Amino acid sequence: MTGRLTRSGPTPAIPAIPAIAAIPAIAAIPAIAAIPATPTTPTTPASPASPASPATPATPATPATAASPSRGSAAAPPVFGLVLAGGSSSRMQRDKATLEYRGKTQLERAVELAAKYLPEVFVSVRAGQAADPSRARYPLIVDSVPGEGPIVGIRSALAARPEAAWLVLACDLPFLSDAALEQLLAERDPTANATAFRSAHDGLPEPLCAIWEPKSAAQLAAYQAGDGRCPRKFLIRHGARILEPRDRRALENINTPDEYRQALRSLDGEASAAMQLKIQYYALMREQAGRSDETVDTTASTPADLYSELKARYGFTLSREQLKVAVNSEFASWSHKLAAGDSVVFIPPVAGG
Amino acid sequence: MRFRFANHAIDTAAARAELLDPGAGGFVTFEGWVRDFNEGREVTALEYETYQVLAVKEGERILTEAAARFPVRHALCIHRVGRLALTDMAVWVGVSATHRGEAFDACRFVIDAVKHRVPIWKKEHYRNGDSGWVNCEACAAAPHAAAPHAAAPHAAAPHAAAPHAAAPHTAASGAAAPSHDHQTVPSHGHEPNAA
Repeated sequence: MTGRLTRSGPTPAIPAIPAIAAIPAIAAIPAIAAIPATPTTPTTPASPASPASPATPATPATPATAASPSRGSAAAPPVFGLVLAGGSSSRMQRDKATLEYRGKTQLERAVELAAKYLPEVFVSVRAGQAADPSRARYPLIVDSVPGEGPIVGIRSALAARPEAAWLVLACDLPFLSDAALEQLLAERDPTANATAFRSAHDGLPEPLCAIWEPKSAAQLAAYQAGDGRCPRKFLIRHGARILEPRDRRALENINTPDEYRQALRSLDGEASAAMQLKIQYYALMREQAGRSDETVDTTASTPADLYSELKARYGFTLSREQLKVAVNSEFASWSHKLAAGDSVVFIPPVAGG
Repeated sequence: MRFRFANHAIDTAAARAELLDPGAGGFVTFEGWVRDFNEGREVTALEYETYQVLAVKEGERILTEAAARFPVRHALCIHRVGRLALTDMAVWVGVSATHRGEAFDACRFVIDAVKHRVPIWKKEHYRNGDSGWVNCEACAAAPHAAAPHAAAPHAAAPHAAAPHAAAPHTAASGAAAPSHDHQTVPSHGHEPNAA
């Protein structure tokens, strides 16, 4: 497995929205009243005492189109983020949301990552968790429909903001990456119930790193009314846009203390091996990367590894065999040993003259 | 032996003057021009982009190699960058030598090597509003058809192998008439549209 990249260069391809992680908790967040996405939904429960009061964060909402890049027409619903933190973490025997990786909890990491791409990010909790300090600092969406499991969190979000689609993220994905979110958003299909990755393990759709569209709300309600509980089965039965993940590891979830320790070791090892490289892009690759240069933190030790990572991130169409590479302004081999601070240029097929 | 880029129209009179030499009995130039069609598409403009630091290094290496292979007095290559219109000059190569034979040979060697080795990219703009990076976009869709880069920067196999590397997209000025018999590289399946 090659290393992971974090970007520190200019101008992301997808408009980055300022993080909302710092928004103070909304005092005494009421349970979100269920707003039926479609009035005909048979099982939408009666709303609790408080009338419809969507959990609106303190910041003004970004215009809808900001988070609806590419495929979607201008009319595609905006995408908000939903980090699921209402699970019982029974196999982990600890709250998975508060497991720490390199000084940050998984909940913090997921919210911060989502906030790089989405105008609003919420944390999904059960009613009894709203006051939990690790969760209360974020805008919350409290379960407002009966039942158990992630499907309740997804339905509650869809009910709270019927105009929006939701990029739903489980709280047990320590390898979640920019590449994964960028691919989801870039290849989103707003006409489907959802846009989801195909799991590398079983080939089935992965519902908890996926974009759920508003149109799924009514069908989800009907599905749950028919005793359906599993969002994966829902996607199989009702259809979704399925993507082949470019970053397969991003979908690896952890459930046990052992898996947590392994993930920690893996992330720590990468962090200690990471170095900064300067990358310049030209011609077709500049257009596909959406930038002409950037600085990346990477554990790639050769140009070959680095190209694999960047190809996963940006979806470059050129294969490595079609390129040359230069390191520090001179042609280099693909197995050249990279050093911190090196400047790397991938050279697409040339066409002078 | 000089290689450089120009942001504006190439001053051929000044370039020629740089190659004057009392010992030179022959002078050959090649000009690459922007042509109005490529691979059946109507081209309206070209855009050149370069990785200049490495391009100048590689260009100078080519001219030095030319001087080593052929007894030339002077050689100069100037390549345009930026957006060019039809009939604009994209590249100028000049070689002066004691006798005409080596001047012809060296000029041909230089333009062929420049096309294949120097990191310069060309975007074609088409009549229908479309555009595309030459040698990149068609290959990307069918990478198996692409001639891979040579592993070594100085290897003979060109970066973008083409059956008509001589001048499918540009007009050759007098001396450098296209001939294909020197081509030893595998066919790429897509012709480049340049000098």
